[in-house]
Amino acid sequence: MSKLNITVNDQPYDLDIPESRTLAQLLRYDLGLTGTKIGCEEAECGICTVLVNGVPVDSCIYPAFKAQGASITTIEGLANNGDLHALQKAFIDHGAVQCGFCTPGLIMTAKALLDNNPDPSDHEIKVALKDTYCRCTGYTSVFNAIHSAASDLRGQGPLAWKAVKTVEPLKAVGQPVAAQEAVDKVTGHARFADDYVFPGMLFGRTLRAAYPHARIVSIDTSRAEALPGVKAVLTHEDVPGENIHGLVYADWPALAADKVRYMGDPVAIVAAETADIAAEALGLIEVEYEPLPVVGDPEFARSPEAARVHEEREDGNLLKHIKVRHGDIDQGFAEADVVIEREYRTPTIEHMFMEPECAIGVPAGFDDEHPKLTVYVGSQIPYEDRRQAARVLGIPEDQLRVRGTLIGGGFGGKEDIAGQIHVAMLAQTTGKPVKMLYTRQESMLFHPKRHATIIRIKTGARRDGTLTAVQAELYGDGGAYASLSDKVMTRATTHATGPYVVPNARIDCYVMYTNNPPSGAFRGFGVTQSAFAVEQNMDLVAEAIGMDPMEFRLKNAQRVGATTATGQLLRESVGLLETIERVDGDMRAGDAPFRWGWREGSKAYGWGIACAYKNTGLGGGAPDRAVAEVEVFENSIAEVRTSSADMGQGLSAVLAQVTAEELGLPVNQVRVLLSDTDLTPDGGPTTASRQTYVSGNAARHAAVVMREALASVAAEHMSVPPDEIRFEGGKLRYNGSSIEIGEVVGWMREQGMEARSRYTYDAPATQPLGTGGDMHFAFSYATQAALVEVDLDTGAVHVLKVIAANDVGRAINPRALEGQVEGGISMGLGNCLTEQYIIEDGVPWSGLFARYKIPSIKHTPEVISHLVEHPTADGPFGAKGVGEITSINTTPAIANAIYNATGLRVFRIPVDQDALLRAIKSGAREVTATWSDVK
Amino acid sequence: MTLWKHYHTPSTLDEALALLASYDGRARIVAGGTDLLLDIRHGHVPPQEALIDVTCIDGLNTMRLDGDTLLIGAGVTHSQIVGSDTLASRATCLVESCGVVGGPQVRNVGTLGGNVAHALPAGDGTTSLVALDAEVEVVHQGERRWLPIGELFLGPGVSLLDPTRDILVQFRVRLCGPREATAFKRIMRPQGVALPILGCAAWLRLDEAGERCEDARVCIGPVAKVPARATAVEEALRGAPVDEAAIERAVGAAHESLSPRTSKYRATAEYRQEMADVLLRRVLPLAAERARTGQAVPEGVGME
Repeated sequence: MSKLNITVNDQPYDLDIPESRTLAQLLRYDLGLTGTKIGCEEAECGICTVLVNGVPVDSCIYPAFKAQGASITTIEGLANNGDLHALQKAFIDHGAVQCGFCTPGLIMTAKALLDNNPDPSDHEIKVALKDTYCRCTGYTSVFNAIHSAASDLRGQGPLAWKAVKTVEPLKAVGQPVAAQEAVDKVTGHARFADDYVFPGMLFGRTLRAAYPHARIVSIDTSRAEALPGVKAVLTHEDVPGENIHGLVYADWPALAADKVRYMGDPVAIVAAETADIAAEALGLIEVEYEPLPVVGDPEFARSPEAARVHEEREDGNLLKHIKVRHGDIDQGFAEADVVIEREYRTPTIEHMFMEPECAIGVPAGFDDEHPKLTVYVGSQIPYEDRRQAARVLGIPEDQLRVRGTLIGGGFGGKEDIAGQIHVAMLAQTTGKPVKMLYTRQESMLFHPKRHATIIRIKTGARRDGTLTAVQAELYGDGGAYASLSDKVMTRATTHATGPYVVPNARIDCYVMYTNNPPSGAFRGFGVTQSAFAVEQNMDLVAEAIGMDPMEFRLKNAQRVGATTATGQLLRESVGLLETIERVDGDMRAGDAPFRWGWREGSKAYGWGIACAYKNTGLGGGAPDRAVAEVEVFENSIAEVRTSSADMGQGLSAVLAQVTAEELGLPVNQVRVLLSDTDLTPDGGPTTASRQTYVSGNAARHAAVVMREALASVAAEHMSVPPDEIRFEGGKLRYNGSSIEIGEVVGWMREQGMEARSRYTYDAPATQPLGTGGDMHFAFSYATQAALVEVDLDTGAVHVLKVIAANDVGRAINPRALEGQVEGGISMGLGNCLTEQYIIEDGVPWSGLFARYKIPSIKHTPEVISHLVEHPTADGPFGAKGVGEITSINTTPAIANAIYNATGLRVFRIPVDQDALLRAIKSGAREVTATWSDVK
Repeated sequence: MTLWKHYHTPSTLDEALALLASYDGRARIVAGGTDLLLDIRHGHVPPQEALIDVTCIDGLNTMRLDGDTLLIGAGVTHSQIVGSDTLASRATCLVESCGVVGGPQVRNVGTLGGNVAHALPAGDGTTSLVALDAEVEVVHQGERRWLPIGELFLGPGVSLLDPTRDILVQFRVRLCGPREATAFKRIMRPQGVALPILGCAAWLRLDEAGERCEDARVCIGPVAKVPARATAVEEALRGAPVDEAAIERAVGAAHESLSPRTSKYRATAEYRQEMADVLLRRVLPLAAERARTGQAVPEGVGME
């Protein structure tokens, strides 16, 4: 321990702390200033940025004692007596706050910029924020927020949010509403799992496998147990219940028993007095392995010589064979004048949500607030966490409570169980709260990712541009455990015709077990992969028959009355044609005649387009249910409760808006309580772009029930017919007079009634694949056009502009929706150009944030967004899914644009400038290599 | 994991040397720490008993003009270099190369000395220092002396200096005079580790007429185990007018003399060879133009 004199947010401190502290640790753990977040501990992601004497630094690797005598400013120091700083206001007002985990870093970095440059250009913003990453927003709103704050600070007032055109908004629905957590997220007061601290809390760590595939011969924990400060070391032998979990198939041991199947498999868990001791203890656990042959890729996995990942399975390494059969495929190709057949490959993709996983287990009876075993976690599916954890713990579900914290991004990567089970086991064993925070590197190793795929697709069309047939074979790398592979690859398969009328289709998908990290849910849910293949084949066919690619798509686009390849008749809400027309109109606007591609000096330019569709909801016959509760209080505040998760996508605002609309309340009088298995009813998983629709409907209907109850009581009390009462502005109005809604709540209570309603919403029934009928209850549609610049000297690709049109049914919160559009495009751009999770024979190479590049602000293209609102009858106010559709077609649009710019077609992503340039030099037309081939 | 136990911020060189001696191999020199601390965290360097931070040492964190020479303390940050008007106009390549290292947060802390001491064959700052024919002052084996920068590097990631005993003190750079100028550019890829595929810095001096190249120094990296001058390229430039033909001769010389290698997940040898051409075609005309006009505005700072 040594003396550190430091000033933080104008407050001087004289501290006695270890010299080994980093500045981030000092702020978070010694001073409790948890607004500074840790995202990577590699000085890469920038979200831990604080100002040291006004200069932005990465606090995660800044030694605290380097700041001896310095003045530090953190996010908590920005607001002045509760008045938000101009940047904090602007981030909210311009929709630059989604999950909120990177927000403090973005704001602090921006503050350093504005302190020195009162009117920065876009370029200067890019330079300043180049290494401060955000995975949600796509940065467009960040530019707008910084310009607005700069204007405000110059005394010229903030800039208005650039509204997107929508149908006429209602009182709450259709308005750009800020989420209730927004202020906490910009001030640093928002609490994510790692921001919670309990007295006497222990720290947990996990020992992961030493091999991608090996038999466990023995585990000796005695040396680890003997280390002072270690409170528990648990292995599979200590699992009290069934040692298995899994969202679709239970095939994933909570702690590896007989063998390990990938490098992320947990072998033992430790709880100790400090995180350092826990880490040291891991090194003392002795595990003897017998290495087994590694199954490294899905095609090999299907061959007879491949080792078995799960020996007990009858189908070998085949996790699932998924089939789509529609019409007569031979007839379809016989009718075709042109047939194009190609093979496409997409890599494993990492979510890189900015908040690494963290869970805290608090033992039963720890204090008055924790009569039962409680797990704090930022999870997409709290009720599934409870079900799965209870099974492993061997306790009834009612003895376990899962309390959701804020979630620093999910994108599908926080659906599977992470540390939830382990902290519960450790808390039960030690009788103390146990926190388990994954490092970024552990997070990247452990959690399920987007499936790598191999897609062979054959498309047939008549010379007049009519599609006649699609045949496809897909291989998906499911990794070591099933996770959501079945569902994800089913979506890849059923969407492999694209959003077109294809009378004959035959599609086979083989999802294989391998010794790679498991694959599971990831925004786009398989459709991201198939769209890369489908939409490039569409352009190839269009070129072969000499038709404009936009016209070709218009001709074949799904529309009302069309039938999908799974036999679903589309009866309503098919806005695809309008999305194509809107994008086409923008793309071709301008005085010069439109060209798909052109050259200027050593630069080649090209436009590319792609369409997409994506189901809303689980579909395939799965019951799709959400339960919501609405309670109104005497102070005229309503609370809506459901376990659904807000991981930054903006669900809390949507639920508040639909509730406010139905109750006639100002939206700021509606609170939302989410993600608590004891306090909120089950909203189902936050996946499949389903929550606005399903939980939105549950909240809406619960609000209607509440309204009717209030009206009935009020009507009786005042002797007026209930249907003459209007709910408006927080009041019940009738005949020119009005009373507060809270007053009616008082009347209800006097009569012994609770002003609380609960509604179980069941989405329209769907049918399993292969049975025909409605596989899904709604689809969202989208078209995107991308303009790229290719440097013909270096092969480097830059996306200059993206025009997007998304048919979302109805924009409930247009500002949040624009965030989904911009963030989706950014993620699609990364999928196409920057991202690949490389695995070498089962061993991930991409083990660091520094080895996996997500788009930075410097990659941000100009985004032009159109919202198309073809309402769906059962959606709340006509709304359907938004979260995924915005991200699916960016990749093929860019790929098509590269072709139109250069004449080179890329069959693998990410696009590799090295391979592209070599192809340009050699005169090749097709690029089938990528950077992971450079060895 | 405890990366270090003690953290010292000595204010004189002697104090720093005494501290190193007292720890007898169990302490290391640290400057910005943006490389070293990550190396410790990732297990490439063992946890240290102590870190001796040199950035508070008088003279190591400042730049000093001495006639046509600039002395740059080893603890000067990349941001200080980028912000120097003297360097921007008279050692432009150093600003251009230090301006693309990391992001602002890293440049605000990471130092030129640390970048050089890391001895990466593709260190951006190093590439420019080699083209500037910089000298470096070190305390090595107890002796304080000046070396040509090239003598510092022994192999990839290996320098002459023992970080538990020696200290890199400062750099000496002769600033460009009339008809002299420099330029730096590099090629990156958007995937994987943020190390350059290839970087190129050039220093040119033109004749009185501003036509012929009187002298040239070019550094292209990584093409060898240690940063080095591309002497054949320089030879192709000397004495000739800096026109397209000369640049193509330089490109030809690069083709004959340099043999870049394929490095995993970064670049193929073939691509690197192409990029050497591209960089020479971009850097040489830019440096020549700056030398002719006497005007130099750094390009690409803060981006790639």
